[in-house]
Amino acid sequence: MEALFQLGIFVILLVVGFFFGSNREKKHYKSILERQKQYSRIATRSEKIRDLSLYSDATLVTGSVVIASDYFKNFIASIKNLFGGRLNSYESLMDRGRRESILRMKESASRWGADEILEVRLESSALDAIGIEVFAYGTAVKKHKTSDVLA
Amino acid sequence: MILTTIEAVPEKKIIAHFGIVTGSTVRSKHFGRDLFAGLKNIIGGELKGYTELMEETRDEATERMVAQATKLGANAIIGIRYATSDVAPGAAEVFAYGTAVKVE
Repeated sequence: MEALFQLGIFVILLVVGFFFGSNREKKHYKSILERQKQYSRIATRSEKIRDLSLYSDATLVTGSVVIASDYFKNFIASIKNLFGGRLNSYESLMDRGRRESILRMKESASRWGADEILEVRLESSALDAIGIEVFAYGTAVKKHKTSDVLA
Repeated sequence: MILTTIEAVPEKKIIAHFGIVTGSTVRSKHFGRDLFAGLKNIIGGELKGYTELMEETRDEATERMVAQATKLGANAIIGIRYATSDVAPGAAEVFAYGTAVKVE
């Protein structure tokens, strides 16, 4: 009887995790795509910039997020873990985290009035039994106005 | 204090180098910041309490780095990098470092 009860709870958690998890992921991706369009004017670059004469002002900008996977995906991943191979469910979690942290960095750069973000670095760490943290940082810069360059 | 991840400050000439400056904070990861953390592990999604906590931790590491640079008489830190490492089970260190310089 008790085993049946426990199995019942497990199944409920799986179903709740599946429906809420996939719904929330869909919503998150939708908002990511919208905001990516909104901030597409701010170019982000990860390479070293040698010629800084284009830029006039610089500041450090950061963005971070802690994000967790749902019960269903965790369960599927733990099963797949026995056999090895790709864990798609965690791939999408990392992808969401990275894109979200980059967007938050862009949001704060946009508030500051940036035109570009240079030397962007990404870092991620696992918070055990909680989720993953992704941190994005870079140097927001303002470009000279074209009139300044001509003068 | 001007902070950048690039190797210089646009439009400003570096007139003095003070070497590397660092700042770090060690925090416990089981802070129970987000009361709904358990729920979020079922339905998935962002854990806002933890996001804020990690931000505060990073700000603190940055502030300590800035304090060190100020003491040296610098007015900018260039080439900033961050690193996170596990010190012990449940404890994480956030570390910031960069080169303290004086610009015009």
